[in-house]
Amino acid sequence: MDIKSLQDRFQEKVDAEIKIEPRDWMPDDYRKTLIRQISQHAHSEIVGMLPEGNWITRAPSLRRKLGLLAKVQDEAGHGLYLYSACETLGVERDDLFQQLNSGKAKYSSIFNYPTVTWADIGTVGWLVDGAAIMNQVPLCRCSYGPYARAMVRVCKEESFHQRQGFEILLTLSKGTEDQKAMLQDAVNRWWWPALMMFGPNDADSPHTARSMNWKIKRFTNDELRQKFVDVCVAQAEILNVTLPDPDLKFNEETGHYDFGAIDWDEFWAVVKGNGPCNKQRLVARNKAHDEGAWVREAAIAFAEKKKQREMAVAS
Amino acid sequence: MKKFEYVLRLADSPLILGQRLCEWCGHGPILEQDIALSNIALDLLGLSRNLFQYAAELKGGNVTEDDLAFTRQEREYQNFLICEQENGHWGKTLLRQFFFDVYQYYFLHALKNSSDERLAAIALKSIKEVTYHMRYSSEWVIRLGDGTTESHGKMLDALEALWPFTGELTQFDELDLEMEKIGVIKNLAQIPSQWTNKVIEILGMATLPIPEKGWMQKGGKSGVHTEAMGFILAEMQYMQRAYPGAKW
Repeated sequence: MDIKSLQDRFQEKVDAEIKIEPRDWMPDDYRKTLIRQISQHAHSEIVGMLPEGNWITRAPSLRRKLGLLAKVQDEAGHGLYLYSACETLGVERDDLFQQLNSGKAKYSSIFNYPTVTWADIGTVGWLVDGAAIMNQVPLCRCSYGPYARAMVRVCKEESFHQRQGFEILLTLSKGTEDQKAMLQDAVNRWWWPALMMFGPNDADSPHTARSMNWKIKRFTNDELRQKFVDVCVAQAEILNVTLPDPDLKFNEETGHYDFGAIDWDEFWAVVKGNGPCNKQRLVARNKAHDEGAWVREAAIAFAEKKKQREMAVAS
Repeated sequence: MKKFEYVLRLADSPLILGQRLCEWCGHGPILEQDIALSNIALDLLGLSRNLFQYAAELKGGNVTEDDLAFTRQEREYQNFLICEQENGHWGKTLLRQFFFDVYQYYFLHALKNSSDERLAAIALKSIKEVTYHMRYSSEWVIRLGDGTTESHGKMLDALEALWPFTGELTQFDELDLEMEKIGVIKNLAQIPSQWTNKVIEILGMATLPIPEKGWMQKGGKSGVHTEAMGFILAEMQYMQRAYPGAKW
């Protein structure tokens, strides 16, 4: 079959909502796009463990310590499913780690912001996981089967995390003046970076149309961002916090909330490595990888010895 | 009141060891092992929480599990010194875990026959967990001891650093014996030989030497800790100290 007919058949399947599976023919660019997107997603889960892990040893109660530890552990699990999904496209996890550790691969820029107070842990759950869910729920219907199936599991856990984060904040909102101030401060710092998580405006997002045609993406960046803002306004009222945007107001005509301009200079600065924690995150990942090298080598050496001993016994 | 003190003692070791394991989350050498170690930390902290809840009930009044876990002074914590030792490298963390797991495995088997129904139930639940922990840490001790020359060397260093803190695991003080007398814990006398036999077996499989009987450190049960402890508490208690009385 020639390339043209393969491409046509591929697009027909996509259009008919039939999942593309690892052994199916797919265009090279589709494969590359997926590898890039899924590995970035996996890296985000792994790097995302760092800002939240920052508070496990200082969590204010036993219940919160257990909840946070379990949550960060879930992120590691998500990383694992996603690396596995990526491996079905013909790349090795080690190579992906290499790309992350060398700084070549990107991950969600949100994790280059610091978690400076306990309220940040709740806010990351509410806003960052909330934004992630907006992005990820449509991915459960992604045309690539292994990614779609991984996302079903990821989304179930993420929505639990988001509720957990909201509940941390709800507790603060009913607490002392110090706790309320801590809550408002965290929301002030995380609101705009959370909106940036949806990526550039549609006009500046050149790959969106192609990804939508391939049904990797189902909604544009701006559509998802709008949906997120609309949902958050009501939730902010319950928490009794002000979202730090003087232009935020309901638009009767559109039925949506209008919001102020995003500081794209900040967004690109962080993407390019100049966020408050880009360097620390990479240092931490490299340190874990490098200091773990002897452990991985020993595990391989031992497995080899064990196999040889078993073969010797068998023969 | 004696029982309250005893339950607190039982809660402290899993709390402090769990706290130490939390430091690893996100920094493990292999993703799957990062997850596995967090599982163990979750079990240990869960066990300590069950015990602190019981201790708080025994104490009565308005005392909460978090008051007991987070607001006592260093001299009031009665965890084994081995639990507070620094993580060091992956091998040291797993060897520390192994020594504790073996103790905890036999101890919980003794506690499940407690005349105190609550403690017996807590022990029974945790036995399932510690059985897995001991298997996991044993496997890592063997794998690293019998892995490469480098890993073997690192395990020897870890063994040298940790061994002096193992004596405390099988020494019983007045409070332990008093609890045994009233049936809260049973057959303590069996634990030292059970612990030793298991440790000899696994160290042998790991091609690691059995250290000679040397000087053993003690102090955990009387609240005299190593210098590592103050820093653990400074970190762990930070929020409760900075915002007294706040609800989280």
